[in-house]
Amino acid sequence: MKMGKQQTGTDRSERRFTKTLMVSAVLIACLLFAIALTLLIESIPAIKTFGLGFFIGKTWNAASEKFGALPFLVGTLLTSFLALLISIPFSIAISIFLGEYFKEGALSTFLRSSVEVLAGIPSVIYGLWGLFLLMPLARAIEIRLGVPPHGVGIFTSSLILAIMVIPFSASIGREVITLVPSDLKEAAYSLGATRFEVLKNIVIPYARSGIIAGILLALGRAIGETMAVTMLIGNSNFLPTGIFSPANTMASVIANEFAEATGIVSSSLIYIALVLFLVTMLVNIIGNYIIQKISIEASKEVT
Amino acid sequence: MEDHVRMRLIKNHIFKGTVVLFAFISLLPLLLILYYITKNGISVINWDFLMNLPRPIGETGGGVFNAIIGTIILIALSCVFSIPFGIAAGIYLAENSVGKLGNLVRLCVIVLQGTPSIVIGIIAYLWVVAPLHTFSALSGGVALSIMMLPVIVKTTEETLKLIPYHLKEASLALGVPYYKTILKVILPSGLSGILTGILLSVARITGETAPLLFTAFGSQFMNWNIFKPIDSLPYRIFYYAMSPYPEWHTFAWGASFILVVLTLAFNLIARGVSIKWKIQF
Repeated sequence: MKMGKQQTGTDRSERRFTKTLMVSAVLIACLLFAIALTLLIESIPAIKTFGLGFFIGKTWNAASEKFGALPFLVGTLLTSFLALLISIPFSIAISIFLGEYFKEGALSTFLRSSVEVLAGIPSVIYGLWGLFLLMPLARAIEIRLGVPPHGVGIFTSSLILAIMVIPFSASIGREVITLVPSDLKEAAYSLGATRFEVLKNIVIPYARSGIIAGILLALGRAIGETMAVTMLIGNSNFLPTGIFSPANTMASVIANEFAEATGIVSSSLIYIALVLFLVTMLVNIIGNYIIQKISIEASKEVT
Repeated sequence: MEDHVRMRLIKNHIFKGTVVLFAFISLLPLLLILYYITKNGISVINWDFLMNLPRPIGETGGGVFNAIIGTIILIALSCVFSIPFGIAAGIYLAENSVGKLGNLVRLCVIVLQGTPSIVIGIIAYLWVVAPLHTFSALSGGVALSIMMLPVIVKTTEETLKLIPYHLKEASLALGVPYYKTILKVILPSGLSGILTGILLSVARITGETAPLLFTAFGSQFMNWNIFKPIDSLPYRIFYYAMSPYPEWHTFAWGASFILVVLTLAFNLIARGVSIKWKIQF
């Protein structure tokens, strides 16, 4: 009798425990849906007023209540892709360095921890540093090239973004390069291939999709990066005319204007946030899907 | 033939040289950033800077005491919101490695982790600031906890998955109920990993500025009330950096120095925990 009672008491705690776990998990999913839903609902006034034409509208003018997000779309795309272009050689070099040439040892530990520190530095400090070092540098380049020397603008922001995303794509690149099966590499070595040839013909082709996934995830990072870009892009709501002109990205226009925004301005900014959310979501899901597939394949080949 | 082999070897060396060169060039920014922060920051740091409130422009002196306290309050708030929740969800994912709900939640965690911080700032504004009609430390804590959550869930899940199955089986075989097995056997074995995850996520949010722009907002005063705007180190850096006054720029460097030391400390402690308390199976 006594034992039976104890049993049911345990059963109850057991059920309560598993239920708590499940509710927490469900709540995380709910959190994400709530975020999406909130953004959608709050941007409805802007969606109704501007529709999809929002993304081809060139003017962002609070006085005339005309809002188009094209300048920010262009600003975001230009800065992110330029940043990726600059960062790719460096991040791939780090991936190969850590994944192939120096897998362990003092040099590898040094580089790896330095890259980790680089990843841990807050965005706002990148912005501050950019203001004092990159901005004068960019200004000097602009004077040399004979374009208006703003100092701030797309070029400067891309530089800082490139530095910020290098650790990110490099760490993913390193991981996928170490996943390349060693029997493949050994087979090539036994045929007399040099290390460069093994890298070029075996490692890189094998790890290609993973490296691309890393770059894609870095793109997601670059698109959503706010503070450093806000400080360095020049806060201009006009369509950028070149890579040296000041602009605004989707994230930076929100950072600059949302605190004072009301009514349709606020709704338009949330509309931009919704797009930002959806784009980064897509990029992240695709990137992670590719990486997951690679690691599953790699684990199959080991067994 | 000889020439051909030599060419291949030369190519091999050139490539290796290029890789090493590029890898080390990318460390240049890090060196420069650390150099600038130390050079410009350390001269500002003194007792007055650490223990005083900001003063309006024109008055010399002043410090970042309220920003340091604000950052600590914000971290504490977001820990309270996210840790219990995150660990529970992490346990769920570790215990249900297959299944539709588990996969859905895992996907949500990935998406949540990739969500731009500025979007999370807007969400916290809409959920907390707008209904309460005031910027507040509370809303900042909510925003930062949403940023912490995915990191905690992920590290908890990954840590618990590494714990050998026979540990759990042994406990269950002794008649220990499932929930006690998890709470008293599995969770303690994974403690160091979970703690590392929490510390890393704290390091991540300590420097976050974007979600605080329209939530915690910033304040020049000392504030202990979580329903009022509160200052934070990253916000103060942003505010000072964007001002036109050279004196405030040096303050921004000083605050940056404190912030970098703080984030590095969290990272180092996290690494120390994961090495020192690691349980070998």
